[in-house]
Amino acid sequence: MSQTPDLECREIVKKFDDFTAVDQVSFAVPQGTFFSILGPSGCGKTTLLRMIAGFQRPSGGDLLIKGRSVLEVPPNQRPVSMVFQHLALFPMMNIGANVGFGLRQRGVNKVDIKRQVERVLERVGLAGVAERPVSSLSGGQKQRVAIARCMVLEPDVLLLDEPLGALDLKLREHMKIELKQLQSEFNTTFVYITHDQSEALVMSDQIAVMNRGVFEQVGTARELYYQPRTAFVAGFVGEANRFAARIEGTEAGTLSMVTPEGRRLRGTDAEGGLGQGAEVSVFVRPEAVRLARQEQEVAALGNSGAGRVASILFNGANSQIILRDEVTGADLNVALPQTGEFRDLAQGDLIHFGWDPEQTRVYGRAGGAL
Amino acid sequence: MTDRFKLAFYLLLAPLLLWLVLLILLPHLGMFVVSLREKVGIREYDTSFANYAVFFNEPLYWNTFARTAYMSIAATALTLLIGFPIAYYIAKLTRGRTKTTLFLMCLIPFWVSELVRTFGWMILLRETGIFSNLFQSLGLAVGPVEMLYNDAAIMTGLVYTSMLFMVVPLVTTLDSLDDSLIEAGYDLGASGFAILREIVIPHAMPGIVSGCIVVFMLSLGNYLTPILLGGKDSLWFTGLIYDQFITRFNWELGSAFGFLLLGLSSLIVFLGLKLSGQSLSKTMAQS
Repeated sequence: MSQTPDLECREIVKKFDDFTAVDQVSFAVPQGTFFSILGPSGCGKTTLLRMIAGFQRPSGGDLLIKGRSVLEVPPNQRPVSMVFQHLALFPMMNIGANVGFGLRQRGVNKVDIKRQVERVLERVGLAGVAERPVSSLSGGQKQRVAIARCMVLEPDVLLLDEPLGALDLKLREHMKIELKQLQSEFNTTFVYITHDQSEALVMSDQIAVMNRGVFEQVGTARELYYQPRTAFVAGFVGEANRFAARIEGTEAGTLSMVTPEGRRLRGTDAEGGLGQGAEVSVFVRPEAVRLARQEQEVAALGNSGAGRVASILFNGANSQIILRDEVTGADLNVALPQTGEFRDLAQGDLIHFGWDPEQTRVYGRAGGAL
Repeated sequence: MTDRFKLAFYLLLAPLLLWLVLLILLPHLGMFVVSLREKVGIREYDTSFANYAVFFNEPLYWNTFARTAYMSIAATALTLLIGFPIAYYIAKLTRGRTKTTLFLMCLIPFWVSELVRTFGWMILLRETGIFSNLFQSLGLAVGPVEMLYNDAAIMTGLVYTSMLFMVVPLVTTLDSLDDSLIEAGYDLGASGFAILREIVIPHAMPGIVSGCIVVFMLSLGNYLTPILLGGKDSLWFTGLIYDQFITRFNWELGSAFGFLLLGLSSLIVFLGLKLSGQSLSKTMAQS
């Protein structure tokens, strides 16, 4: 791996009139990394990607590819290629002409183009389709042609703009794995933007979570999931139960809090520096909550209580139940363990629950909003 | 199909059939029959190709015929050349209100009759017209300048008259071109010209062809514009047909000329379609 990162953004800013779409974003992507930018729609991730591709000009900051500033380089000369959201394959050309388009623009001779197109199509598993029209391909195959069309140019960075969005669920699951395999095979730096957290978690080496024009956190999938640094990341990546509470006191790194409904909670300070009396948001993942028929099984966990099953959301292995707390009436999402123990659980049953303060992450809440 | 359904089908088809048969098929058949009559005496006719022979033996006729054809082709090409950037601008570079306004501005000249529009050009171009006076007052010309009654004036009139019929199909097809295709082209290293040649024009081809067919037909069959702007020397084939029918009462020769014009336009459209690799059904289905 080389020392200079393939792609580096330094305090990139993009302003539209008085709206700041991207605000002082800095990051570096080392060679061969699958880097994802994850965020809700309207967070500025598409603007950021279009600035990297060269379709939009940053209002400030610098953009470097392999250590060289590309701000003055027009999009048709940048060493980046982009896979568009709807792929943008040229319907007026056959597959071979589509893949060879970039090479033709570079003035490569016909024999070489033909050979390189064949080779790249073979690498994406579509050998011998060069003469066929684009419309003869399935969604997943089109996806691979779009990637081949970019990869044949050997770009330094491949940008992907939610390319799986248009596919159906089953194919999307399959393409996630395939994209990751293609990335490791070509060993090219991928910058992938998506609003689908599972796409980002499954494929990426590094993920940046973006919100309102800024990066909230950059890290591996594991870090984002287990150690979210901000309340936004905790709520956006994975599912979480969220409570509002006020800190009563601290003891040995564990915060004790009380919710407005009167439930006592114990959790870990995720931000650092939270003190007594602070208004906080408390996050607990549904799968961190343990269920039990007997109270003593969960009594030692630090947070425990009893609730009635309000509804069962059956979804195979991802089934959840919604518990209504007996004391406070608050709802709690709990992942249903698939060990068979709770298979006969029915609506209205009373059940005990509890979770570890270690798995309870607490964030400060400015201005009282959740 | 039930009988009732059949009846409804034919009733719905009837207006179209009546229109086609009564207004197009029958007059043409009648004209064809007339064109094959040769007058040998008072109310005595023979069936022969004599009228067609007149056309081929008289250089003035077939020169006018050829001139009408290439002037129409030139007018079509010029309209395309001017109309394409306009259509591209309307379809791709404007949004919402501006787009509607620009589109409407192309349409507005067609709210007045062709005659009035052509007189408008005459007011601008004639010896005592606006341009002539303007040049004189600016000192660019000493005496009055006559800009009417030449080929350039005819061409201006033809292009002006047909612009809308080129712009509308072009805007429609260019509108349907996905912007991301153009961006993808840039992203893959293409220059603006390469994108125009490899992506925009192939996509717009059905619109270009249907626009060209309509403009060519309109120019070839135009009567008012060449006569008014070109004057006596306009030498437009429709003018000759008019002369035969109205001035000389020679319906036989006029019919033959009409048929030759029909053959010519069909032939040129056919050749144009072959050269551009388009088919009529494909073109008409898309625009």
